[in-house]
Amino acid sequence: MKETPLSNCERDFLLKAIEEKKRLDGRQTYDYRKMKITFGTDYGCCFVDLGKTRVMAQVSCELVVPKESRPNEGIMFFNIELSPMASPAFEQGRQSELSVKLNRQLERCLRNSKCIDTESLCVVSGEKVWQIRVDVHMLNHDGNLMDAASIAAITALCHFRRPDVGIQGDEVTVYSPEERDPIPLSIYHMPISVSFSFFQQGTYLLVDPCEREERVMDGLLMIAMNKHREICSIQSSGGIMLLKEQVMRCSKIASVKVSEITELISKALENDKKARKAGERCGFAESMPQERITALKTYETPVEMTDVSDRANDIVQKAEAPPQMVPSPVVPVPGVGQVGQGLQNTWGLEEGDEEEEEENDSSDEDQEEQVTEMKEKQHEKMEIRGGDVVEISDSEEEEVVILHPEIPDKAPITKSSSHQKGAAALKKRQKK
Amino acid sequence: MFSSLKDKVGQVLLPGDEFSFDTEDTISLTTPVKPEKVVCGPGLRRSGTDCRCVKAASCDTKLPTFCTHNTQHQRHYVPVKGETVIGIVTVKSGDIFKVDFGGSEQASLSYLAFEGATKRNRPNVQVGDLVFAQFVVANKDMEPELVCVDSGGRANGMGVFGGGGLLFTVSLGLVRRLLSPQSDLMQDLQKLFPCELVVGMNGRLWVRSSSTQRTLIIANLLQSCETMTAPQRKALFARVAEGTL
Repeated sequence: MKETPLSNCERDFLLKAIEEKKRLDGRQTYDYRKMKITFGTDYGCCFVDLGKTRVMAQVSCELVVPKESRPNEGIMFFNIELSPMASPAFEQGRQSELSVKLNRQLERCLRNSKCIDTESLCVVSGEKVWQIRVDVHMLNHDGNLMDAASIAAITALCHFRRPDVGIQGDEVTVYSPEERDPIPLSIYHMPISVSFSFFQQGTYLLVDPCEREERVMDGLLMIAMNKHREICSIQSSGGIMLLKEQVMRCSKIASVKVSEITELISKALENDKKARKAGERCGFAESMPQERITALKTYETPVEMTDVSDRANDIVQKAEAPPQMVPSPVVPVPGVGQVGQGLQNTWGLEEGDEEEEEENDSSDEDQEEQVTEMKEKQHEKMEIRGGDVVEISDSEEEEVVILHPEIPDKAPITKSSSHQKGAAALKKRQKK
Repeated sequence: MFSSLKDKVGQVLLPGDEFSFDTEDTISLTTPVKPEKVVCGPGLRRSGTDCRCVKAASCDTKLPTFCTHNTQHQRHYVPVKGETVIGIVTVKSGDIFKVDFGGSEQASLSYLAFEGATKRNRPNVQVGDLVFAQFVVANKDMEPELVCVDSGGRANGMGVFGGGGLLFTVSLGLVRRLLSPQSDLMQDLQKLFPCELVVGMNGRLWVRSSSTQRTLIIANLLQSCETMTAPQRKALFARVAEGTL
């Protein structure tokens, strides 16, 4: 499905608002949106909400043969999935440009910075090492996917516990979580990416752009840093020219933001650890906030369930095998068919619109007058035929309109939609 | 009949459920009996004598004779003939424009369907412009068609618009609430500050006010109105009115 196009008026308004230092949701230039980090029941499952952007990361591990060039190091594998659930612009299965870009950025941010001690993942050098796989799924796209993905990935890695391994001589035993407590990964530092969007050839800068702002921006600068003020990765896209001072300023802003975010992550991890120790119910079901659609809704809505099982049994018993042959098939005359009528407006609001009838309706009114007398005869005939009548159209029409009132006795009875524009007479014939 | 309807209010009905009216078999001969009429709102489809639900929602009865399904939170628009929507022009090719209105496919809009447009005098419409138009053809078998004139050839408020305002999306239910004849929401909004508002039935709203700040305020207020009760909304509007004055 194609993305909704951006209209000129939105673009102009956004740029004008940015010049006046106003953002759509009332944030300041350097403000992040509200960030929320929650964890799932398994170790290594983490949800990050950045405003309306929602991202999920899941870490899993597996014993594999190591690479030949690095026989005593574990393997890290990152994967970002742009689910079509996140935005109509994302298509299932296709590796879009954005997906490649995000994957590459996440890899550079986490793998090249050596935030995880891969040597500790080695079990038997040259034969068995742990492969840690991080899958990040985009659940809702409202801008700044990269930041949300990096936070989710590193938090999930910190949250993850791998199974304990025992080595006795040549034998390697992998203990299940029930036998021995799983061990956390050894993480040196937490690199977090901060995105800056530039407008009007670098004149204006915004941190954490939302989806609309991303559409009108000129370029994007992504700085990945850890709380020790070490830059792990910098990427500038969009082809904008940036001055040295601008980049320095951005890195200073990034260090402030990163320390705040790291604090938030550690707090979230703490809370989760406490909750698990206390034996509280933790995880997905509990961590989902009660998101109410409207304040008027009550939680328990009554559903008519009293006769569900009876009705189900009834249906099962009464259902016959589907017939191979339809008793009296309705065959449209070759070359004609009926085009659907479409829905009618059922809200009953626009009473005034009924007066403004389209001109092409008047042509049908003549037909309708002749037709009304025929309706009674039609009804009689319908009753006689009883079970043979097959309704094939799913239009909302109540009456059956006959097109040829001068031959009332003949077998062919035609139906037509009363709102058709003149030209082709669309007919359906029914066999008696 | 209404007693059975009143029982159903608040119940959740799923697609396929029958919504039958228990009519009395005996009609009194002595007292005058008025035929009772019930109007089926959106989400209910009639087939023969019974009424079936098509959408999953909770049942809601507004007026005594008007029975509707609460499908307020839906955001995906299905085109219906005669409804006016806000569309974005995406392609300008030869004689027709392709307009995106948020449905499953794009609608076509002929360049002659504007007030005062002739073959020589073409309307000034660019790609990316907003148009306020109504559907003349809207069914599931054909490509939807829009026009910017009514049956008399007059524009009647339709056409290209949009400089300086902000376009945003809300749910379809909110749009209906705004457009209904006695709308509290509209009255509250009118008391705030002067603004121009275009309401498209596909869930798109366009606002323009005297300053950017005010436009943003109105846009955010309308978006938050979806999830507020009437008293909460009045309180919020009152706070905003004090704040800006």
